[in-house]
Amino acid sequence: MGERGRLAEGLRAYWLIAGMWVRSAMTYRTSFVVTMCGNGLMTAMDFVAILLMYAQIDSLGGWTLPEVAFLYGLSATSFGIADLVLGSMDVLGARIRDGSFDTLLVRPAPVLAQIGADRFAVRRLGRITQGGAVLGWALAAVDIDWTLPKVLLVPVMVVSGAAIFCSLFVAGAAFQILAQDASEVQNAFTYGGTTLLQYPPTVFGKDLVRGVTFMLPLAFVNWVPASYVLGRPYPLDLPEWAAFAPPLVAVACCAAAGLAWRAGLGAYRSTGS
Amino acid sequence: MDAFIQLDRVEKVFEVRKKAGFLKRERRQVRAVDSISFTVARGEMVGYIGPNGAGKSTTIKMLTGILTPSAGRLRVAGIDPSRERTRLAHRIGVVFGQRTTLWWDLPLIDSYKLMHRMYRIPDARYRDNLDRCVELLELGGLLDVPVRQLSLGQRMRGDIAAALLHEPEVLYLDEPTIGLDVISKAKVRGFLRELNDERGTTVLLTTHDLQDIEQLCSRVMVIDHGRLMYDGALAGLHEVGESERTLVVDLERELPPIDAAPAWVVRVEGPRQWLAFPAAESAAPLVARIAAEYPLVDLSVREPDIEAVIAKMYAGSAPGQAEKAVS
Amino acid sequence: MGAGRLYVTVAAGGFRRYATYRAATAAGVFTNTVFGVILVYTYLALWDEKPHLGGYDQAQAVTYVWLGQCLYATLAIQGGGAEKDLMDRIRTGEIAVDLYRPADLQLWWLASDLGRSLFQLLGRGVVPFAFGALFFPMALPAGAGPWLACLVALLLAMVVSFAIRYLAALSVFWLLDGMGVSQAVMIAGVFFSGIVLPLNAFPGAFGDLVQVLPWAAQIQMPADVLMDEIDPWRAFAFQAAWAVVLLAAGRLLQSAATRRVVVQGG
Repeated sequence: MGERGRLAEGLRAYWLIAGMWVRSAMTYRTSFVVTMCGNGLMTAMDFVAILLMYAQIDSLGGWTLPEVAFLYGLSATSFGIADLVLGSMDVLGARIRDGSFDTLLVRPAPVLAQIGADRFAVRRLGRITQGGAVLGWALAAVDIDWTLPKVLLVPVMVVSGAAIFCSLFVAGAAFQILAQDASEVQNAFTYGGTTLLQYPPTVFGKDLVRGVTFMLPLAFVNWVPASYVLGRPYPLDLPEWAAFAPPLVAVACCAAAGLAWRAGLGAYRSTGS
Repeated sequence: MDAFIQLDRVEKVFEVRKKAGFLKRERRQVRAVDSISFTVARGEMVGYIGPNGAGKSTTIKMLTGILTPSAGRLRVAGIDPSRERTRLAHRIGVVFGQRTTLWWDLPLIDSYKLMHRMYRIPDARYRDNLDRCVELLELGGLLDVPVRQLSLGQRMRGDIAAALLHEPEVLYLDEPTIGLDVISKAKVRGFLRELNDERGTTVLLTTHDLQDIEQLCSRVMVIDHGRLMYDGALAGLHEVGESERTLVVDLERELPPIDAAPAWVVRVEGPRQWLAFPAAESAAPLVARIAAEYPLVDLSVREPDIEAVIAKMYAGSAPGQAEKAVS
Repeated sequence: MGAGRLYVTVAAGGFRRYATYRAATAAGVFTNTVFGVILVYTYLALWDEKPHLGGYDQAQAVTYVWLGQCLYATLAIQGGGAEKDLMDRIRTGEIAVDLYRPADLQLWWLASDLGRSLFQLLGRGVVPFAFGALFFPMALPAGAGPWLACLVALLLAMVVSFAIRYLAALSVFWLLDGMGVSQAVMIAGVFFSGIVLPLNAFPGAFGDLVQVLPWAAQIQMPADVLMDEIDPWRAFAFQAAWAVVLLAAGRLLQSAATRRVVVQGG
């Protein structure tokens, strides 16, 4: 089976399993509605904190509220999509510990697709909705000199950002195969990453910004391309074209995450006999 | 003979880190499976037994492609399991005794529909197989019941059906009767026998219950400390292990020890007496004789458990090893 | 006397149970440290823009961040302490066993949760705090007095935190599903405890309101006591008052729940 065949198989398996989880969730209908609202409310907390800050200041690190809302909206929407698609990968460690991971390995479908669809939950739309609403407000409120490249860049950012966050989830899952209890490490990168990107790069220390640009290229989710759209100077004096790099960065991240996953799966040793 | 499953000097070595002090960890290699070789022909029904941690599960996991052997050659249906796990998946069925693969909150039938699509089973074949499983495993009234409401025995039957809808050539069962009541055990065993007789499905099962083996398997393999200790008929195992079964006899009153060779009394407690007899011997004539000669109230036969048989096997081969250890 | 020993044993059990997850603890330390770094930078920018916000200077704001990260798991700000186990037991009906135990239900769970808190403080809280003190300028007291007072405030914070979560857990007797309740605990905890922004930096009347809610007893009070921003006795009184009110409410709800279980036959 070629790579394309495997991808198609994976998507098909993902679809089948996600469907089962949706139907499982529907058996608890009220709980479903409550948790979906709760999910949106929970993620809105971050933005309320930003609003509380701006209730007392006009700019943070030289960025106005609509500008920060633009960053926030991009980060939260991208992360929300990744969270919807692969957000339950932190149960992998638990699945390995209780042995149920083995049952996935004897199915005729790519394991990554099966574990990605694990505990698929529509309530995670709450986060995307909330992020999208902030993004929408920011686009209306912020003062941008719109050009065609800028218009096109917005959806490209969201999709590339989602792919970058997805690769973080996959890399985190690979790490969990080696250290099953340490699923929280991936929270530092995923939830930590989206929180970081909700604030302007000017707020953070130079070394931190360098780290999330060159080592863990989170800056390409929104900081760099959003700076271009807003007509602000880039963090770290990157070249002009760097704003259009997100798709390439996303592809590279996904490839790296794929390799990490393969290595992790190869090192899998199941629970003790 | 068509060697469907082939293992040639297969090994699995795990590296474990043990705590040796506050922060220090010691690395140690554990040979979970130590140079095991055997073949299983198509249509055989084999019991794979051994104490906990002997390497049973590790072997099954290598046969299903979950684990990669550290050394040796392994083939199932001509496929190297760990290299082509997904391709092999279409040809094997696996039932993990203590963890269900059924969907907890959904009606049983939904789990089967998922198998139907995931394994791409042609519609007509799916319907035939489902009907057959439903009939033989008596799942008729359960298909629309959410899995969480099923009893343990019902769930196990449901799991077995789920593993068979794609007509696997070999079925691996890990402790299929653990925790089940007598009736459920009988149903499961009856079904497996029929599956093997009619479809010629190769069956490999691990168990702690010697009765599973007795009623199902013509061949048994014993593994301990990662090594294959015995491979042959069950009767032979009893001879090798010199194992004994126990007859528990409740008499009407206290009596002197029962005289019924080849059995011998091992314990007397009021009107109850315990008699041991070689496991290879049939219990029926013994029971008949005691019933005829003594005022009998109740009587039961206790099977030797696998641990005891294996312990005896070890004791039998121990002198040589013990000498080595001493010198 | 004998009863006292029982609850100490229960607390020790709670401590040990969490102490077995070494990798998880290390992962938690890492995550709290990362979040601490992110928050410190945003707070520095905020206090740069508006010095003396909430009466804190920059060093105090930094101290607040790291104390918050230190107490995040300790006080189960997002939930996930004893109340999680309690909810499970209520849902599965195992709670009936607890009710027939010759021990007080509330004290039992309080002891268990305090054991957990203590482990989280030592295992998960100290390292991020020390990391913060090492790499960022903090406003730490020189004498032993404020540290001791802070420890008392911490203990009271643990009790208040437990009392809130105990109430939430008991609601499962009536609601049957803990998912929504857990989420409510999480949202209220994250927002009102001041883990995202110090409560004294909340604007206007809303700021005044959040400072009298029970969640204010959790991070704000120990922080203010440590940095000598409040008279310790006033802080203790505030925390103790909420502890008493919430624990009493817990007892009321508990007896109602017990009656319910007895009526339903367990």
